[in-house]
Amino acid sequence: MAFKIIASQCSACGACEFECPNAAIRMKADTYIIDAAKCTECDGEQPRCVDVCPVENTCVKF
Amino acid sequence: MITLDDLMRTAKRGGAKPVVSSAPANGCASSSCGSDQGPADLAPGVWEKVKDHPCYSEEAHHYFARMHLAVAPACNIQCNYCNRKYDCANESRPGVVSERLTPEQGARKTFAVAQSVPQLTVLGIAGPGDALYDWRRTKATFELVVKALPDIKLCISTNGLALPDHVDEIVNMNIDHVTITINMVDPAIGAKIYPWIFYRHKRYAGLEAAKILHERQMLGLEMLTARNVLVKVNSVLIPGVNDEHLIEVNRQVKARGAFLHNIMPLISDPAHGTFYGLNGQRGPTPQELKTVQDACEGGAKLMRHCRQCRADAVGMLGEDRGQEFTLDLLPEKIEIDFTQRDAYRDEVEKKRSAHQAAKSKAAKSKASEVLAPAADERTLKVAVATKGDGVINQHFGHAKEFQIYEVDGSGVRFSGHRKIDDHYCQGGLGEDSALSGIIKILDGVDALLCAKIGGCPKADLTAAGIIPSDDYAFEFIEPSVAAFFARLIAVARERA
Repeated sequence: MAFKIIASQCSACGACEFECPNAAIRMKADTYIIDAAKCTECDGEQPRCVDVCPVENTCVKF
Repeated sequence: MITLDDLMRTAKRGGAKPVVSSAPANGCASSSCGSDQGPADLAPGVWEKVKDHPCYSEEAHHYFARMHLAVAPACNIQCNYCNRKYDCANESRPGVVSERLTPEQGARKTFAVAQSVPQLTVLGIAGPGDALYDWRRTKATFELVVKALPDIKLCISTNGLALPDHVDEIVNMNIDHVTITINMVDPAIGAKIYPWIFYRHKRYAGLEAAKILHERQMLGLEMLTARNVLVKVNSVLIPGVNDEHLIEVNRQVKARGAFLHNIMPLISDPAHGTFYGLNGQRGPTPQELKTVQDACEGGAKLMRHCRQCRADAVGMLGEDRGQEFTLDLLPEKIEIDFTQRDAYRDEVEKKRSAHQAAKSKAAKSKASEVLAPAADERTLKVAVATKGDGVINQHFGHAKEFQIYEVDGSGVRFSGHRKIDDHYCQGGLGEDSALSGIIKILDGVDALLCAKIGGCPKADLTAAGIIPSDDYAFEFIEPSVAAFFARLIAVARERA
């Protein structure tokens, strides 16, 4: 269970990488990807990556 | 439109009035956005800081260039007028870039520009997101650049939310110009502009979000001015949302020490995919913009020459040379020739002193004797075609924008600029459709001064009620406007 980033919609701003408490997000080519193994979905709290993302419906639950 | 007969109507004004005075009645006095022509009305340290910054000093914008590096894509708020996924190389508005850069690439680009553009004095990081929220990248870029270009001024633009956390570092890096975009000081109005903010790892919306943003902006502004950092405040004028409110914004930012207030028109178009664009929120007309700017006179000093440039803009204000410096065009190794940069600075000082001398001469000259007794209520609006150096040196056909000056019994003042969509002369031939477009944009203007103008546009402008003249080609702007005005009055008097 994790979040994932829809690459075609991602504006590659990097805010998600900055905010992730588990360092689960990194840049790959022109977009960012989430390492499912490290993602804890922010332990049930509001997921930070989703909250900071400027493009609607781009960081979504698997 | 003013006729010569209108000019003859004199109103009785008590006593003699100084003419091309250095204290403006309204509008920013020519060459005095934020600062008058000299150290006279500014603390000495402040004049030194602003005199070469094209955004902070209207006078400087005729000589110097700035560049923005798009190295800060992450942002911590969402504004209804922004869509950072939208990009077009022809589009010029804040938040838009064609190419995002890493700090290393940004530094290389800066060196390339510094080498080709000796007028470059300022490096700003304005986006495409928020320069302070994305501080890692902003800081890395600045550190790389100052190592090789110690004489460049560093400048930052931010929404202010993250500002209080970075004031110390800003001061330590000698960043002495910061712009904060403050569109409201009333959270109820803020809720109509900002759908959400991201603060301390959480998203906030509505009134609560606007309240936090407002408090952080005010705090950041106070902290900066307490440390002697020059703060310009940018406000986006959104008709029906904050147009009447901006007077209050002006008052409050002045009270907290803001150096300059730049009120800019909202840019809104459904094609941009912004919330405002898609929901029919329009931008202001030039008259609406001017009304709000004029209402703010007497409060925080106004900037009227903002070109609303892209977050990757390069060059003198109004001209964007960004396409010459895309990544693929940059040389691998760049050697900066400081002698060229210093030589340009010396040239500018000479031109500046000449300009100042001409202005003070005009103040004492015959033109002033003629203007003083006129004491006419009417103000003449004069469009000027210039490509820099404070002189009328642009052909009508080549002008992409006109600088608007106002002149009346109390002097000459810079009032703003008007961009035109299509310049008249295209490939050596005049375009009639472009001309009618230009005349429409010049609505309300009484006269036009340029270096050269052809018979056809001359006739059409005259027919539209705009008096064209190339009699002052290559002369300094303000004395020419004053002399032109004086000449009109003299002619009108002879007739009467």
